Amino acid sequence: MTIRGKAHKYGDNVNTDAIIPARYLNTTDPQELGAHCMEDIDSDFVSRVRPGDIIVGGQNFGCGSSREHAPIAIKAAGVSCVIAKTFARIFYRNAINIGLPILECPEAVDGVSGGDEAEVDLDDGRIASLSSGREFQAKPFPAFMQEIIAAGGLINYARRRVGM
Amino acid sequence: MGQTITQKILAAHCGRQSVEPGELISAKVDLVLGNDITAPIAIQEFEKIGAPRVFDPEKIALVPDHSTPNKDIKSAQLVKAMRDFAHKHGITNFFEIGRMGIEHTLIPDEGLVVPGDLVIGADSHTCTYGALGAFSTGVGSTDMAAAMALGEVWLKVPEAIKFIYYGKLRPWVGGKDLILYTIGRIGVDGALYRSMEFTGETIQQLPMSGRFTMCNMAIEAGGKNGIIAPDETTMDYVEQRAKHPWHIYESDPDAQYKDVVEIDCRQIEPQVAFPHLPENVRPISQVGEVKVDQAFIGSCTNGRIEDLREAAAVLKGRKVHRDVRLIIIPGTQEIFLQAVREGLMEIFIQAGGAVSTPTCGPCLGGHMGVLAESERAISTTNRNFVGRMGHVKSEVYLAGPAVAAASAVLGRIASPEELQR
Repeated sequence: MTIRGKAHKYGDNVNTDAIIPARYLNTTDPQELGAHCMEDIDSDFVSRVRPGDIIVGGQNFGCGSSREHAPIAIKAAGVSCVIAKTFARIFYRNAINIGLPILECPEAVDGVSGGDEAEVDLDDGRIASLSSGREFQAKPFPAFMQEIIAAGGLINYARRRVGM
Repeated sequence: MGQTITQKILAAHCGRQSVEPGELISAKVDLVLGNDITAPIAIQEFEKIGAPRVFDPEKIALVPDHSTPNKDIKSAQLVKAMRDFAHKHGITNFFEIGRMGIEHTLIPDEGLVVPGDLVIGADSHTCTYGALGAFSTGVGSTDMAAAMALGEVWLKVPEAIKFIYYGKLRPWVGGKDLILYTIGRIGVDGALYRSMEFTGETIQQLPMSGRFTMCNMAIEAGGKNGIIAPDETTMDYVEQRAKHPWHIYESDPDAQYKDVVEIDCRQIEPQVAFPHLPENVRPISQVGEVKVDQAFIGSCTNGRIEDLREAAAVLKGRKVHRDVRLIIIPGTQEIFLQAVREGLMEIFIQAGGAVSTPTCGPCLGGHMGVLAESERAISTTNRNFVGRMGHVKSEVYLAGPAVAAASAVLGRIASPEELQR
């Protein structure tokens, strides 16, 4: 699958309190969570973001709490994938488990500017900045994770395991 | 090739003799944990899986602690969903208000985790229980849902970093200072995806409370787990509480480490992490003049009886500064009662502090002490991200209980030694 959208760029250590502040954790509704995505570090993100857009982060993206509300908010805001140099481990798991595509690619993070039009091929991990014409290659997922992604997330994977 | 304690526990839970770093395994869990923020999503996802019942109702713990006592109607609905789910599936380890505690203080105190266990919790600070020589790590709600159905979790076997602490600790220096110092040294992603193994003579001298505090904050360095091999101190704690049998593991002498970090503890002062990352650490002597509006003592990091005793030792016979609000929250109802019996609560209240039933509230800016614009808190919690305890323009400084208590008295971040001069 190929996705295309505008890049929204952030620095290192974007934490889950920044992605979705705790004051909104009294709901599990994706739309409500999406409406407050990035609020404390980028107050007009929600008004700028368009369906299919891409978040580009630095090192340790998604550090902090285990709240799955963070990838849920990003997905519900319309973001199609997150590219970062590295991801914090719980965010990494959560994104895979709920089916939010994520890609580790330090070169792309350095090579894509905020506002660039970017294209990502989720099947082979190829990332292209249409604005600069440069191309990058993300690391592939291990086979086991590809199985979860192919099943459409951990819940579908678990459904098969319990024989539903 | 030798195995680390973490490798041994993971191998034992997937029926293997050994596992290698980087391998993906499916491991059996001894306990699955969730709170009132993460469990409601896990319950929704569990229903989607369609399993008729949970894998083992004795191996699930549900602790409503983040927004409790319920701070608003929406939070009350979330807690109700947990309570209903616990009833439906016969989950006895659901801890109701008045009989509960902050999950990571409560669960080990209740003996629900023992050495050698494999625990996952839908809360990042689940890594706390590594202090007992268990493998314990934070996951998300969907992981919790799948584990409640299958009794298993997928894990990548982590590489390990060995930390060796040596030398005698100075007065007012404890587990919080050691872990803040360590994070200051390696950074907030210094242990990303890795196991942090805490060893050395200083750790052997550290009480369980300080060990829990250290493992609790492994996640603030990006760590997958923090772990300390069981010793006499561990077993004194475990033997009087354990609800199921334990297994003692320790790292082989020839275990492989990605890195070995030696830390001379003799010169470590009380530490303070400045906004807005736990790695922005300074020794108390280098803090300068930083006025505070609020001091908070509590949380899964520092809400144990030893922490309260330390705070009381500083606050006894003193008054909280007129410009400061001091909030003290014991980690569990048991600790609360113990603090009453020891007269600590009287010291806190006479000093002008507020005390409450256990809750995570202030730590995540939820309730019970939210900060206004431009306000500043000294806090014994674990995170000082932008807006963590309230307004996006408020500030959080992290420290241990003694520094928080001394700061409450002096109205600025200060060492307890200043009060003794």
